[in-house]
Amino acid sequence: MKNTNEMEIIFDSFSSNEGFARVAVASFMTQLNPTVEEVSDVKTAVSEAVTNSVIHGYENEIHKVSIRCRIEGQQFTVEVRDSGVGIEDVEQAMTPLYTSKPELERSGMGFAFMEAFMDQVEVESELGKGTTVRMKKTIGKGRELWTTQSL
Amino acid sequence: MKYQVQENCLTIYLPREVDHHNAEDMRKNADTLIERNHIKFVIFDFEMTDFMDSSGIGVIMGRYRIVRLLGGEIWAVHANARIKKILTMSGMTKIMQIYEEDEV
Repeated sequence: MKNTNEMEIIFDSFSSNEGFARVAVASFMTQLNPTVEEVSDVKTAVSEAVTNSVIHGYENEIHKVSIRCRIEGQQFTVEVRDSGVGIEDVEQAMTPLYTSKPELERSGMGFAFMEAFMDQVEVESELGKGTTVRMKKTIGKGRELWTTQSL
Repeated sequence: MKYQVQENCLTIYLPREVDHHNAEDMRKNADTLIERNHIKFVIFDFEMTDFMDSSGIGVIMGRYRIVRLLGGEIWAVHANARIKKILTMSGMTKIMQIYEEDEV
C-alpha cells in the first residue's frame, strides 16, 4: 500500500490569494522531500492555473477557487478548479502565446509553463460550468543520481 | 517596488514575487515613468526576486514593445538560476540582454 495523503483548500478569487495558493500547495508537498527546483516548478504551475481562474474563469469577479492536492507514493497531483465561464476551445487556449485577452498584456504562456514544469497537464472545461486543470508530477526523480554524483 | 531613473534609463527593482497580483501596479508605474522621462533603456533588477510566473513575462514583453519603438533595449540583472530558466524558456533571452556580473 502506497502512502497517500490529500488536502483541499477553497478560497476567494482575489488576486492576492494567488500567492497564498502556491505557498499552501508548496508546503503540503514538502512531505515528499522535494528539491528546491521541484517546489519552484509546482509553485509556478499552480500560480499559472490560479491566475487563469481569476482572470479568465471569473473575469475578476469574486467567486470560489478550489485546489485539491493528492499524494500517492512519489506522485503529486494538484487540481485547480473554478466554476467560471469555461473554455470554448481548450486546444487553442493551450497554444503557446495564444491569449484571449491581449488587452491585458498577458504573455499567453500560462499553459506552456504548466506543461513545462509538470509531467502531465489535463484540462476539463465546460462553457458556463467551469474549468478544472489537473496536473501531475513525480517527485524525487533522479535524486539518487544526484546524490551519487556529489560523492 | 522601487524604481530609479537615470537619464534615459529606468531600473525596476522587482519584488520578491512577480505574479499577476503585483504585475498590474508594476506595469502602470513603469509606463508612467517611461513616458514622463523619455526612457529608452529598461533594466529589470531581479536581486530580490525568487519567484516569477508568466505574468512577469507579460510585463517584460510589454515594456519591450514600448522601448523598441524608440530604438531602446531591455536588460535583466541579478537573475538567479530559477529566473534565468524562466526567461530562457519563455524566449525572453532573445529580446533582452542578461547581464552576468563577474564573481568577486
